[in-house]
Amino acid sequence: MKSLAELAAIREKMKDKVVLREGSGEIRVVVGMATCGIAAGARPVLNAFVEGVSNAGLAEKVTVSQTGCIGVCQYEPVVEIFEADKEKVTYIKMTPEKAAEVIEKHLKGGKVISEYTISNAIS
Amino acid sequence: MKELSLNVLDVAMNSVKARAENILIKLIEADGRLTLIIEDDGCGMSEETVKNVMNPFYTTRTTRSVGMGVPLLKLAAEQTGGGITIASVSEKDNPEKHGTTVTAEFYMNHFDFTPVGDMVSTVTTLIQGSPHIEWRFEHITDKGSVELDTRELREILGDVPLDNYEVIKWIEGYLREGYESIE
Repeated sequence: MKSLAELAAIREKMKDKVVLREGSGEIRVVVGMATCGIAAGARPVLNAFVEGVSNAGLAEKVTVSQTGCIGVCQYEPVVEIFEADKEKVTYIKMTPEKAAEVIEKHLKGGKVISEYTISNAIS
Repeated sequence: MKELSLNVLDVAMNSVKARAENILIKLIEADGRLTLIIEDDGCGMSEETVKNVMNPFYTTRTTRSVGMGVPLLKLAAEQTGGGITIASVSEKDNPEKHGTTVTAEFYMNHFDFTPVGDMVSTVTTLIQGSPHIEWRFEHITDKGSVELDTRELREILGDVPLDNYEVIKWIEGYLREGYESIE
């Protein structure tokens, strides 16, 4: 049974970590969560990123956030990846499976998966 | 939308965009009817805007000219023989007490009733996306209820933000257990 005591334990554990987390988020993963995205399956994609980033031990480096309509509804679910000094990467028609691959190859390995990007679809 | 929980996620996003500080999501199942209430204390809307949000070709956004959130919810409700109402007070009309309440009613035995689906994912997604908002969630059925109030969690968590991964996982587990208990 989930208890409030577990929450108190999380607080204890985070005491030292809170400071560390500030200034983090060198990489930002942004999931489009407007009507178009939600209808196309953005919710499980977002959850796959939230869960996958944490399980891969990338939480200090990567933040996962939500945004509205990115403007390319036909390609939803759309995920944008922002990294300082690098060009934005836009992944389209995402699935939880593709999300796992992006975490492994792109966020962890630093290699863009070109075949899932919008530039691949329109070129 | 494949499940009503996705409509709930979508329409609750409007409350987030209206800069609400408190958002209530309530589902009540009784006598074959499901009543969904999404209530916020955001900036509200003028009477004319309320009329317009029912229209699928209306939106305040400029990136694209179609806002489908409320019309899709309306469709989902009306196709079961139910409907939706929107009550709103704009910040301009009442700076002290403003906000919007969307109420939708569904007949659950109707052939075209869309299943509620995964409300747990909807609630965790909303909290993860807007951890600064106070969320209250209630799902009441004849077998019991599932409830969550972020104020109570915040009291225990102190400075730990609600979008902390372990907190989100705790919320998810807590709600899933709640749903198991009323199955």
